[in-house]
Amino acid sequence: MPPPTRSLKARGSALAAPGEQVRLLESPNGQPRFDAMLAGARLAPLRATGITVFQINVGKLCNQTCGHCHVDAGPDRAEVMTQATAEACMAALARTDIPAVDITGGAPELNPAFRYLVEESRRLGRRVMDRCNLSVLLLPSQGDLGGFLARHRVEIVASLPSVVPSQTDAQRGAGVFDKSLQALRVLNGLGYGCDGSGLVLNLVTNPVGAFLPPAQPSQEAHFRQRLAHEHGIVFNNLYTITNMPISRFLEFLIRSGNYEGYMERLVNAFNPVAAAGVMCRYTLSVGWDGRLYDCDFNQMLDLTLAHGAPAHIRDFDPSVLHARRVVTGNHCYGCTAGSGSSCGGATA
Amino acid sequence: METYYHPKDLGHFADMGKGNPALWEKFMAYYGAVFAEGALTEREKALIALAVAHAVQCPYCIDAYTQACLEKGSSVEEMTEAVHVTCAIRGGASLVHGVQMRNVATKISM
Repeated sequence: MPPPTRSLKARGSALAAPGEQVRLLESPNGQPRFDAMLAGARLAPLRATGITVFQINVGKLCNQTCGHCHVDAGPDRAEVMTQATAEACMAALARTDIPAVDITGGAPELNPAFRYLVEESRRLGRRVMDRCNLSVLLLPSQGDLGGFLARHRVEIVASLPSVVPSQTDAQRGAGVFDKSLQALRVLNGLGYGCDGSGLVLNLVTNPVGAFLPPAQPSQEAHFRQRLAHEHGIVFNNLYTITNMPISRFLEFLIRSGNYEGYMERLVNAFNPVAAAGVMCRYTLSVGWDGRLYDCDFNQMLDLTLAHGAPAHIRDFDPSVLHARRVVTGNHCYGCTAGSGSSCGGATA
Repeated sequence: METYYHPKDLGHFADMGKGNPALWEKFMAYYGAVFAEGALTEREKALIALAVAHAVQCPYCIDAYTQACLEKGSSVEEMTEAVHVTCAIRGGASLVHGVQMRNVATKISM
C-alpha cells in the first residue's frame, strides 16, 4: 500500500467529495444495510447514552500523507480551526462536566489554537488526549512540543501501525518508522510511558491493508516485547483500530480491487456487542469549522448531527445532545466488526 | 474463463454440511477447538495452518490463512518464513529419499 504523496483533494479525485463516498457506500451491493443489522440487534435507532468525550478535530493540515487517512489530511490541506472557533469549543465545554477532551486532526499540534485548547481544557480540569503522528515532534517548529505536553499532563495517543519498519512505512510514508521511534525515545525521555511518571503514552495500530486488526491484548504484548527488546521503548497501552472504508483507505480499497471483499469481511464480522459499545454513543465530535458530528468518521463524510440536534458549536445544548439520535450509514460497519473499534481501541 | 477453482467458492464451504449435517457439525466443532487458544496461541496456529496450506497447495486455505495470519498480527516476513519451512520440509523430504537411491545403486553396482 504505497501511500499517496498528496491528498485526494489536491489530486482532484472524485473521492475527495464526501457525497461521492456516501453514494458508493450506500449503493446496494447485496449486503445488508447497517441500519437493518442494528435493528436485528435491537439497537435501532441508535442513541447516545451521554457525552464523556469531547473530540475536537482542529483541521486537515498534517506533515504526513498516510495511505489509510480517513481525514484526507496532508501538507496540502489548509482547513484549520480558528481561534474564535476554539474559544467557542471551550465555552461549550465549560458548560458541561464532560471529563475528557480528545484533540485530533491532521496533526493537531500544527494548529496555532492547539496549545490554547490544551491549556484551557486543563484549566477546566479535564483529561486531555493528543492524537499524535509522532513525526510532528521532530519538526524544527515543534522543538518544545514534548515538554509542553508533559507540563500539561496531556495523554498522548500515538500512531504506530507496525513494529516492522517496511509495514509502517508502507502505510505512513518512507522513513516514518525511524522518525516514529526517534519521537518515542524523546517521549520516553520525558517520562511518557514510564512507570510512576503518570504521563500516559498509548499507541494506536491500524492494519496495513484490507483486513481486520489482531486481538488487542495479544498485539499489545507483541508490540511491548518487540519495542522493549529491539529498541528500548516503553508505552502504556496499545489500541487496535479498524480501517474505516472512507476517504484515502476507500481509494486504496477500490484501486486494489479489495472494496467488495473488505465490506463483506466487515459485514460478516458484525458484532452486536461491539455495536452496543460504539464510541458515537458517548462522544461529541466538533469539526474545524465548528460543525457538530457523532464521530470523526461522520465528520469526514459531512454527516452532521441530525434528528433535531444542533449542528454547530454556537448552538451547543448539552441537554439535547446527551440523548441524541446518532446518524449511521454503511461505513459504521467499520466500528462494529470483530472486537469492535473506537478511538480507544477494541470495544468488545 | 472456466476454472476448477473459484475464489467465491470459499464462501460456500458450509454447503458441504448439506450432504451430511451430522458429520459437518462434528468436523466444525473439532476444527474450532483445534484453532482455539491453547498451549499454542491462535497466531502460532494460523502460521502452522498457512505452512500446511502451502504443503497441500490448497488455494482456498492459502487465501483464508493469509488473511487469518494478518488478522492475528503476523507480518509478511513471518509468513514468508513459515512458507520457507514448508519448502524446506518438502525439499528435504525429496532429498532424504536420495538415501534410498544410494542404497539401491550401491546394492546393484559393482
